[in-house]
Amino acid sequence: MTQDLFDPFAPVPETPAKSGNTPEFSVSDLSNALKNTVEDAFSFVRVRGEISGFKRASSGHMYLALKDDKAVLDGVCWRGQAGKLGLVPEDGMEVIVTGRLTTFPGRSKYQIVIETMEVAGEGALLKLLEERKKKLAGEGLFDADRKKPIPFLPDVIGIVTSPTGAVIRDIMHRLRDRFPRRVLLWPVLVQGNGAAEQVAEAVRGFNDLLPYGHIPRPDVLIVARGGGSLEDLWAFNEEVVARAVAESDIPVISAVGHETDTTLIDFVSDLRAPTPTGAAEKAVPVRGDLIGQIEENGLRLSQAVRRLGVEKKTALESLARGLGDPKRMLEERNQMLDNWADRLPRSAVNVVSQARARLNETSARLVSPREQLSEKRGRLENAAVRLDGAMKSALQMQQARLDRASAGLRPSDAKRDVDRAGKQIMDLGARMGAAVKNTLTREAEGLARYDRLLESYSYRNVLKRGFAVVRDGAGNLVEKSADIVTGQGYDLEMGDGVTRVTAGDATTEPASTPTAPTSGGARDGDDMPVDAVASSKPETVSKPKAVKKKDPQPKDDDRQGSLL
Amino acid sequence: MSEATASPAIPEDIAKLSFEEALGQLETLVRQLEQGQVGLDDAIASYERGAALKRHCADKLRTAEERIEKITLNADGRPAATPTEIE
Repeated sequence: MTQDLFDPFAPVPETPAKSGNTPEFSVSDLSNALKNTVEDAFSFVRVRGEISGFKRASSGHMYLALKDDKAVLDGVCWRGQAGKLGLVPEDGMEVIVTGRLTTFPGRSKYQIVIETMEVAGEGALLKLLEERKKKLAGEGLFDADRKKPIPFLPDVIGIVTSPTGAVIRDIMHRLRDRFPRRVLLWPVLVQGNGAAEQVAEAVRGFNDLLPYGHIPRPDVLIVARGGGSLEDLWAFNEEVVARAVAESDIPVISAVGHETDTTLIDFVSDLRAPTPTGAAEKAVPVRGDLIGQIEENGLRLSQAVRRLGVEKKTALESLARGLGDPKRMLEERNQMLDNWADRLPRSAVNVVSQARARLNETSARLVSPREQLSEKRGRLENAAVRLDGAMKSALQMQQARLDRASAGLRPSDAKRDVDRAGKQIMDLGARMGAAVKNTLTREAEGLARYDRLLESYSYRNVLKRGFAVVRDGAGNLVEKSADIVTGQGYDLEMGDGVTRVTAGDATTEPASTPTAPTSGGARDGDDMPVDAVASSKPETVSKPKAVKKKDPQPKDDDRQGSLL
Repeated sequence: MSEATASPAIPEDIAKLSFEEALGQLETLVRQLEQGQVGLDDAIASYERGAALKRHCADKLRTAEERIEKITLNADGRPAATPTEIE
């Protein structure tokens, strides 16, 4: 460093040093001098260290630090390089990076600008692989139920591998041997920077094709690579490849390296083939075998149907034999008919002669009418005799029954019955009389009660209490005092009879006097019509009219009721 | 295999079958016929179906052409296929 300060290209201090002869720098000058020195001296270095603080900025640049047990070195990987790294940095990963050192004068910092990065050593790689496996297994990407069946006979096979080299050739040869198919090759780098991304992109690209599009979508994919070191195969251990294969809708056969090599893709693929050739064998059946199988099946089909026909024919024939010969059956029937036809005339003659014989026999048994008459007469007479006897015995029997019955008749019994009936009648008569009397008495009592009640309602009773009914000479009822005409004669009906009076002045006519005591006398009996009596009294006394007529219409019971 | 040209059209339901399914059905049918599980009338229908299945399978086997195309990406990133030779 000291030496650099005396470098002829180094900036010369502008002002002489104040203290001693040490030249004086500005901070910028010094920082720039330092930057030049560092970048010149470390323009290409390889550094080994463990990644920590890894960060990918949205700009695409990657920032990280490399460290060992004593020191830390900041590092950056610009976006352009980051895409070509060939591995995805992770914290804790032991790596060897190449790049150049640079300083950052504004911050008094230095860092390494990374160009390439590789995993340091096989042990570290295997450890990394184990960790990835654990992680992906934890996500369920290796689960058996994720595995899709490989189609038996794919129409189109997609292959992801290098277009050059033995692998694609081996696959094509084996396919040709077994069953030539349409093959789509998606050429990729199979190792080195960007290989993993290309493989993942190819798998995704095949999935994006339409089933019957311009480029047909494959029915099965083969991702293949020949054998190599762990580092050579490393692209197939990258997570991006494993995820692309796991997400593929098209079944994937993986064939990476030799049989002993196991890479991450083998765990997520739907089928693992030990070699690329093996992948071709898993992808298609042997055409010749199938043709043979089909032919054999076709043959067996024909034979089975033919045999079935033969069997049925045999069965039919055997049944037909059981049916018998119709011609022969007809002949037999014919013969039988002849036989009967032959016998027919003879049997007709027979029938006639038999009938005649029966007629003769029957007519021999016919009896003459006379004989029949005499026989009937005899039976009639016989019946008459028997009728006579029967009549007599019937009469006798009835006579005997009459005798028996009359013997049983006794006058005393009849008399007893009559007496009993008579007594019953008398008894009933007496009970009826008493009942009628009772009823009459009850009715009479009721009537008397009503009579008394009626009587109590009668106006005559009122008259007894000192009231009088006034009638004019014509016998009409006088109801109002205003109707009384002085000097006119009136009939006054009182409790004990009718008096003829003449209307006049109260003071001059003493004729009213006899009425007053009558009224007064009747007063001790009155109890309820206090008002009526009270009002009638002063009238009788004070009014010039001597007579106070009280009850207007003695015949009207209703009015009297209301008056009371 | 050449007799397929004169054969009637393959029924639609069979044409839809994959090779594997068609082969499986054909084998089942042959076995049933051989074991006499099918009546005579059905046997004829079965035979016709079996023949169609066989034809369908044979067709699938006949189209055994080898073709290899290489995928290349266009400028716009879309894949294109170009025939290529391997060897």
